[in-house]
Amino acid sequence: MTIQFNDETFRDDYTFRNSPWAIKRFPFPFHEDSYMYSVNMERHRGGPKGSVYEKRFDVDEHYLSEMRDRALVLAEDPLRCQSLPHMTLAGWDLLELIMVAKSEDYPDLFELHRNGNAWRWVNKPMGIDHSFTFLDDATLPHGPMEYITRQTQGDFAVLDQRDDNLWMDAGMVTTQADWSLDFDIGMNFFEWHAPVPLAHEMGVFQRALKFLLNVQQGSPARRLNWTMTVNPLLDTSPENYHKWGIQKTELTPENVGAKQHLRVELQTFFRLPRSNALVFPIRCYLIALQDVVSVPKWGRRLHRVIRDLPVELATYKGFVRNRPLIVEYLSQFDDGLPTSDGVWPDLETEPPLRSG
Amino acid sequence: MSAGTEKIDVIVSDIVKVNDLVTRFEFRRSDGGLLPTFSGGAHTVVEMKDGDITRLNPYSLMSDPMDQTAYTISVRRDDAGRGGSLFMHQQVKKGDRMVISYPVNLFSLDLRARKHLMLAGGIGITPFLAQIKQLSRSNGHFELHYACRTAALGSYVDELTSGHPNAVHIYYDDRQQVIDLERLLDGQPLGTHVYVCGPKGMIEWVRKTAADMGWPREAVHYEEFLAPQSGKPFEVYLKRSGKRIKVGEHESLLEAIERAGVDAPYLCRGGACGQCETDVLEHDGEFVHRDHWLEDADRASGCKIMPCVSRFEGRTLVLDR
Amino acid sequence: MSRRAPPKILTRNIYMSDFKFPPSIKSRPVYGVLEPRPGKSHLMIADAEGAEALLRLASENPEIFSGAHIIYIPKDTGETFVERLRAAAPAILHVSPSYAACLPRLRRVLSDAHMGLQVYLAGTEGLMGQAMVEATNAGIPHSAIQTEHRGSVARRMQCVHCKGITEDVMTDPFVCSHCGLTLFVRDHYSRRLAAFQGVCIDAEEPGNIPAPVELYK
Repeated sequence: MTIQFNDETFRDDYTFRNSPWAIKRFPFPFHEDSYMYSVNMERHRGGPKGSVYEKRFDVDEHYLSEMRDRALVLAEDPLRCQSLPHMTLAGWDLLELIMVAKSEDYPDLFELHRNGNAWRWVNKPMGIDHSFTFLDDATLPHGPMEYITRQTQGDFAVLDQRDDNLWMDAGMVTTQADWSLDFDIGMNFFEWHAPVPLAHEMGVFQRALKFLLNVQQGSPARRLNWTMTVNPLLDTSPENYHKWGIQKTELTPENVGAKQHLRVELQTFFRLPRSNALVFPIRCYLIALQDVVSVPKWGRRLHRVIRDLPVELATYKGFVRNRPLIVEYLSQFDDGLPTSDGVWPDLETEPPLRSG
Repeated sequence: MSAGTEKIDVIVSDIVKVNDLVTRFEFRRSDGGLLPTFSGGAHTVVEMKDGDITRLNPYSLMSDPMDQTAYTISVRRDDAGRGGSLFMHQQVKKGDRMVISYPVNLFSLDLRARKHLMLAGGIGITPFLAQIKQLSRSNGHFELHYACRTAALGSYVDELTSGHPNAVHIYYDDRQQVIDLERLLDGQPLGTHVYVCGPKGMIEWVRKTAADMGWPREAVHYEEFLAPQSGKPFEVYLKRSGKRIKVGEHESLLEAIERAGVDAPYLCRGGACGQCETDVLEHDGEFVHRDHWLEDADRASGCKIMPCVSRFEGRTLVLDR
Repeated sequence: MSRRAPPKILTRNIYMSDFKFPPSIKSRPVYGVLEPRPGKSHLMIADAEGAEALLRLASENPEIFSGAHIIYIPKDTGETFVERLRAAAPAILHVSPSYAACLPRLRRVLSDAHMGLQVYLAGTEGLMGQAMVEATNAGIPHSAIQTEHRGSVARRMQCVHCKGITEDVMTDPFVCSHCGLTLFVRDHYSRRLAAFQGVCIDAEEPGNIPAPVELYK
C-alpha cells in the first residue's frame, strides 16, 4: 500500500482533514456506550490489517504534516524535547527500536542498513539518507531520541525504571493533551498523573504501574485514552494555553460538527533492552465530530458516552463548558438503537441512522 | 496476560568447565538469527526438561549485552539442591536444543550513579560480568570487590583482574581476606550506588552496614535468587480452574500449578519480583513463606502466597488460580 | 467587562510554625518532622522560622550537632534565632543574607561530601525545594532528604507560559512577575524546578479575573 501524504496544517487555517480511509481506521476508543477509567491494557502485537494497531509504529496520511508541525513547535520552544543526562542510552534504544520496526513494517518508505555500528538510515517520505555510528552521539544532528522522534508521529515519554517506579526522565512532547514535559520531567508515575481526578482513589494508577513495571522485552502493550479538542490543534500545550484556550469559546451549533474533534491517544509501551527503560509512545489521532457520526454505530455511542460522562472527567478533559453544545449536536445521530459490542465501525452489520 | 516472557529456541553451542563447581554454557539461536540485546544484570529463565519434570531456573546473563550472537550463563553445581544445577551439569550436552526466556532485568544499574560500587560473593559475580562490559563501553565509573572461597574456585578472577587491574579487588576466604566494608562505604562520593549479589548473609551484611552508615535505601541494590526448597508434599485446590493438585516434595508450588496446565504469571521464580503473587481464598494450616516480596502485613493476613518459593503445611489450601 | 485591579503579591511573611497543609494531589510535597538519622556528617539548611525545627532537634539530640554544618538564612526574622543556633554548638554555623548568596557554599559542601551524609531542610517551601534540588543533583535520592515546614506558607511559582519563577506568592490568582499574565495557583509541583505550576486564569474569558484570595484562606 502506498500512502498518499496530505499537505495540511494543525494551526492557523487548520486545513487538516481525514480521508475516508483514515475515518474508517480511526481508533474509536469506546467499546461500550459508557466510559470510566480502567487500566485496559492489551498486548501490542499487531491487529487487523489496515488498522492503526497493525504496525508497531503506525504511519498514516498525516505523517509529513505532523512532522512539519513538530518542527515548528520545537523551533518556538525547544523545551518540548528534553532528556536528562542518564537517558542517552535509552534514546539510542528508542532510535534502534523505531528504525528496525519502521524498516521492517514499511520497507517501501524506510530502510535501515547496518554493518556493525555503521548504520545508514533512509527515510524516503522526509527525504533523509543519513549514515551515522550507532551509540556515537557526535554523528547525529540531535540527540538520538530527538533525531528519531522528529521523524515519528506521536509523543514519546521515556521512563527510567528504578525503586519500583517509573520516572519520566526524557521525552518529545508536542502533541500532548495539555501537560508539560518541561514541568513534569523527573517525576515518578504517581506524580505526573497527580492532576488526574478520581483515578488515584480507584487504584487505577497502582494497577497500571504494576503492569507497566512488568512489561518485558519482546512483549509490548497498548491502551487507548481520549479527550476532546476544538479545532484540529495537535499542540494543546499548557505553555500555549493562553493562546489556544480562547478557541474553546468559538463553538456554535453551526460549526460544532466541523470544529469539535475527538482526540484519541494510542498509547503503547515497549521495554528498551540496553537501558532497561520503558518507552511510552503516545500517538494522537484527531477526528471531527461530523466524521465520527458518518459511522452510525460511533455516532450513537459517542452521544451516550459524552452525555453520561461524570462531570469531574468532563472538567478534567477540558470540555465541560462545551458539553451541552456537543451533546445537542450528537443527539441528532442517536436514534436509540442498540449498538454492537467493541470498538470496530461494523459498517456492514450496524443499521444506518433511522431518520426521525 | 499469559505467563512469563517470550521464549527463544536455542542450541547449546558451547560448554566450558570453569572450575570444580562452575560450568559455563553458551546459547545461540537455533534459527541462526540474532538474540535480543539486554542490559547488564538481566537474567534468562532456562527450561529444563528432566524426565516428566520441567524446571524453570533463572540464571544471570554474563556475556556482553551488546553481543547478539550468543548468551552465556554460569551454573554453580548445588549437590543439595532440587536438581536443576545437577541437570545442567550432568545432562546438558553441546548441541542440545533448549528453550530460554527473553532477558528480564530485576538488577539493573542505576544509570544516574556517579560511581557503581559492586560487591560480589562466589557465583554472584555473574550479573556484574555483564554490567562491567556494559559500563566499559560507556566509560562508566565502577569498582568491583569480589570475595571467593579459594583461588581455585575464583570464577573469572583472571579475566577481571587483567581487564580492569585498577577497578577489581579480589578477596580469598582461605587467605582470611575480608572486604573492609565500613571503610569502603565510608569513603564513597555522593552519587555512589552499591550493588551486591552473593549469598544471603552477604546481602544482609551489606544492606545493614549501609543503612547503619546512613546510606539511602535507593542507593543500595541487591539480587538474591532463592532456589525453591524441597519440603513436605501438600495438596492445593485451584478454585478458578477447578483443579486439585498435589505439590511434590521436590517441586515448587508454581511448578505444580504449571504441571496441571494452569497458566500462572511469573518472572524471576526466585521470590523477588512479585509477579506470581497469588490470592489465598481459604487455608487451614501454616504457610512457609520464603520470598522477599510480601510485606509482613500480607503474610499475617494469610491472603497471599508467592508460589515460586513458598510452601504450605496443613490440611486445606485454596488458591485463586 | 470590569477589569479588576491586578492582585498584589504579598511579600510579608505570615508566621505559622505548625501549619497543616490541606490534603492534596500526589505531586505536592509532604513535609515531616526532622529526626536524627545515622551518619557521620549532617548538613542542615534552614530559613527564618526553620531555625525552630533545628533548635528542637538540637535540644533532643545535641550529639548530632557536634558534627553538623548549618547554613541559615534568617530572612526577616533578623537576629531572632541566630544566637540560639550558635549556642546549640554546631560544628559550623554559616548565616547567609539570602539563599542565592549561600548557593556557591552549598554546592562546594556537597561537591566533596561522602555517601552517608544526612541532609536536613527546614523553613519555607521555596528554601527547602531549592536546597533539595542541589542535594539531589549531588546524588542524594530526594526521599532520603528530610524536610520540616516552618514559617511562611508563601509559594514559589513557575509560570508555565513564560517559564519565569515568581517567589513568595501569597495569593491565588497572582500576576507573573516576568510576563504579567494572571495565573492561578496549582498544587502540581515540580521537584526539579522547586516550584508549583501557575496557569493563565483568563485564557477562555480574557479579562475575567477573580479577586485574589490569600492562600489557604
